[in-house]
Amino acid sequence: MNARKAEENLFKLLMLVSLLFVLASLAGIVAVIAVKGMSAMSLSMILDTPRGGYYLGKEGGVANAIVGSLYLVSGSTIMALIISLPVAFGLQREYTGKRLADLSRLVLDILWGTPSIVYGAFGFVVMVYLGIRASLLGGIIVLTLLMIPIMIRAMDEAIRMVRHELKEISYALGTTRIETTVAVVLRQALPGICTAVVLAFGRGIGDAASILFTAGYTDTIPTSLLDPVASLPLAVFFQVSTPIPEVQARAYASALILLFIVVIVNILARLLGWRLSRNIVK
Amino acid sequence: MDTSRRRLKDTFARISMRASVLFINVLGLAIFCGLLVKAGPILARVPLVELLFSTSWHPMKGSFGLFPFIVGTAEVTLIAMLISIPLCLLCAIYLTEYVGRRSREAARFIIDILAGIPSVIYGLFGVLVIVPVVRAIGESMDVQTTGYSLLAGGLILAIMVIPFIISISLEVLRMVPGEDRESALALGATKWETIKHVVLRKAYRGLLASVVLGFARAFGETMAVLMVVGNVAEVPSSVFDPAYPLPALIANNYGEVMSIPLYDSALMTAAFILMSMVAGFSLTAHYALQRIGLQGHR
Repeated sequence: MNARKAEENLFKLLMLVSLLFVLASLAGIVAVIAVKGMSAMSLSMILDTPRGGYYLGKEGGVANAIVGSLYLVSGSTIMALIISLPVAFGLQREYTGKRLADLSRLVLDILWGTPSIVYGAFGFVVMVYLGIRASLLGGIIVLTLLMIPIMIRAMDEAIRMVRHELKEISYALGTTRIETTVAVVLRQALPGICTAVVLAFGRGIGDAASILFTAGYTDTIPTSLLDPVASLPLAVFFQVSTPIPEVQARAYASALILLFIVVIVNILARLLGWRLSRNIVK
Repeated sequence: MDTSRRRLKDTFARISMRASVLFINVLGLAIFCGLLVKAGPILARVPLVELLFSTSWHPMKGSFGLFPFIVGTAEVTLIAMLISIPLCLLCAIYLTEYVGRRSREAARFIIDILAGIPSVIYGLFGVLVIVPVVRAIGESMDVQTTGYSLLAGGLILAIMVIPFIISISLEVLRMVPGEDRESALALGATKWETIKHVVLRKAYRGLLASVVLGFARAFGETMAVLMVVGNVAEVPSSVFDPAYPLPALIANNYGEVMSIPLYDSALMTAAFILMSMVAGFSLTAHYALQRIGLQGHR
């Protein structure tokens, strides 16, 4: 009996220790980034572009990366949304047979797991083929590819949750499939769809590997789709590797801004899901 | 609205949705084939065995042995998993079995948010904290090391996959019915015995799947590892040696490969290997999770 009790206590202790360890290391990351980032933060960090080159110049801020990231991610979120919505609805059984739908979900799972560096390499090949150089357009294309599977799978989940009876009631009133889809299913799945979009936005803004050779990097804010564009994750990556402390400070500031955006976006995605779901039929 | 117009609209919508579903499948195929086609030239020139198992990486002289990179990837992933698997399972069990609903939901919320933190931020943490720590450990053991090493890569990767694995494991453990636990407890089992003999036995397939998905995630992770792993194209002889995983190889070299013949083809082979491995892992986990009634997409 005592041995059994001892085993119980031993494992309970181990579990508690590992939970504390995990929470502490994750809190440690946030704390380190926050402390380093806050000490580098200033108004000109947010409002100015770097002067004298992002890699060597000691003055200026990371406005180029903030605006660049927002351009990249808003562009690709809109593109991905346009592509994902019909696919997510198309996967439902009103429109696609079970076998094709299952196959497509499998393909989406594989695409979901595909490392972003592979998207980057593939995107670069496509860009070379099309004759586009590293640019805002290239970055948007690659991020769109990266976001599509995330968005579709999350939307698909939400749409599949819609009660079948609701659709049948709608059909019984004499509506066509698309009318039911727009008036009933879309309405009901809207919170889930919003969450999906916001989550994809969060993933897109933090991804560095895919835009490494497709978006390029620059000191200025792009004025056309074919200009290279700076981004927050790459601002961290490039600027932390210099020996100059002032430049490293820009990397820390970029990391803090990025962390802030991602955390806010993730919290927003969940709150949005809650708020909007008050109006749906469960 | 008259019926024929409504019907036309319906047909149009159905066709365009069908087309977009097909488009997604074509896209998947295109990425796979695109990588294969770009990998073609080197696969035609160099025997696959030499490409995979040669340790000589000298692109200028035309020798492309991917072995150091494959070993680097495997070892970094292995270290990460050895650290994270026990931690994740213990945490997940604790959160499902010993903690109230409120705290579990709160922990889940935090873990989900942490799972969304971009990899460059983990990488920055690695450069600022993990690398100096590893250097200090190395020095205390009389090993020459810069800290940018296999161990640093493994550690940062472990921290990165932890929220990911816990999140899936929690869902798997939640699928075990409460009645099963109650019957074991009613027979006089302690809580831990219930977990060991009932919960884990029921959930082991799903937990395995969550670990496999963690592997897949760790395998393709690029930026964080790239920043701390040292990037030297040799087979590391200790955990304090630098390594050079496949994703880091692609990330470091892809922009400048056009001038050297076969170089981009070699890197595309690396990308193809990565994608195939990850696809294999995902498919395994997908089926395992589907069998226990969970969707395998997380």
